[in-house]
Amino acid sequence: MDKKILDILSHVADPEVPVLSVVDLGIIRDVVSHADGTLEVLITPTYTGCPAMDMIATNIRMELLANGYQHPKITTVLSPAWTTDWMSEEGKQKLKEYGIAPPLPKQQVCKQELFAEEAIQCPRCNSYHTTRISEFGSTACKALYQCQDCKEPFDYFKCH
Amino acid sequence: MEKSLFEYVIHLADDALILGHRNSEWCGHGPVLEQDIAITNISLDLIGQARNFFQYAAEIKGGDTTEDSLAYLRDVREFRNCLLVEQQNGDWAKTILRQFFMSNYQQLLYSRLQNSPDVQIAAICEKALKEVTYHLKWSSEWVIRLGDGTDESHTRMNKAIDELWTYTGELFIPAGYETKAFENGLTPELTTLKNDWLNRVAIVFEEAKLPVPPPGFSQTGGKQGVHTEYLGYILAEMQYLQRTYPASKW
Repeated sequence: MDKKILDILSHVADPEVPVLSVVDLGIIRDVVSHADGTLEVLITPTYTGCPAMDMIATNIRMELLANGYQHPKITTVLSPAWTTDWMSEEGKQKLKEYGIAPPLPKQQVCKQELFAEEAIQCPRCNSYHTTRISEFGSTACKALYQCQDCKEPFDYFKCH
Repeated sequence: MEKSLFEYVIHLADDALILGHRNSEWCGHGPVLEQDIAITNISLDLIGQARNFFQYAAEIKGGDTTEDSLAYLRDVREFRNCLLVEQQNGDWAKTILRQFFMSNYQQLLYSRLQNSPDVQIAAICEKALKEVTYHLKWSSEWVIRLGDGTDESHTRMNKAIDELWTYTGELFIPAGYETKAFENGLTPELTTLKNDWLNRVAIVFEEAKLPVPPPGFSQTGGKQGVHTEYLGYILAEMQYLQRTYPASKW
């Protein structure tokens, strides 16, 4: 993908987790320059019903317009489905510093089976002695946990 | 072919939309804050899935059909959702059980549809599968928590089973458009999902100390547009604004 465009898009923040850019999130699937001069950005939703997607598309358009791209086209693609594995390592680090436990790598621990529990590290004190309070948090992409050592409740960006 | 495909996609959309709408009625009324948030997050996922299916259905139909006209301007007999999803919320036990029955079904269905030769259905289901799997986990845990909880919660779960079981058979009795979709190689044969579905119910119910009811009479008709009286009330609330102020925008 065109590095110049990715640099521009790295200024577009996720409206719900503003510490992450759309590039960190891994939702930019491709950037295509068409012969007629239009620039097409292909994005993929994190969750099907994520209410931030419309705003993200608008913000990408605004950022491209502000950088002189005349007719940017934003296209949503569903397949292959987004996974938290596409989140950049830098993004995961930023999440942790922000107080949100980053998603575990999918191949290793993310369990789709019933009753499987993941060991989530507290983003504040790094303890693994944590318990899940609720499968769903303030947004579709997060679950609620509490650290049993430092007692801090925290969001976990769910493995997806 | 086109007409039956349209109806099939509408059926998938309506199942997701109506269940999503039902769950959204809990917004601000959940038993505890975390679960209020959980059930409304599930609503968001389902309504998002419905939007994807409606967009595809609008594309198949063409003309001035849009996802909004399909959701807001069809009347009750044109809806193709199963009877299970339109049933009233009742108490938390009934809402949980309805979700468990439906997530169990959607998880099995979508995991097959993600390999459908219809690329649009496949893409939507590949995406939605992760979400319904999570809903299944969440609702299974709640069925166990309530079934194997207090006398009160156990009694309520049993009552919910009595009320909802008769609507589960319809999921596996194909409507005309489902048979056509199967014959055209787009979808699995519904009856093949039934054993997997029942096995999972048996596993969770055993853990929850709840009885699996014997096979019995199934209420049907929803998938053909013959609904219980509840759907009309849902549509009255959901469609009121677009009917009263046509083409109004948010």
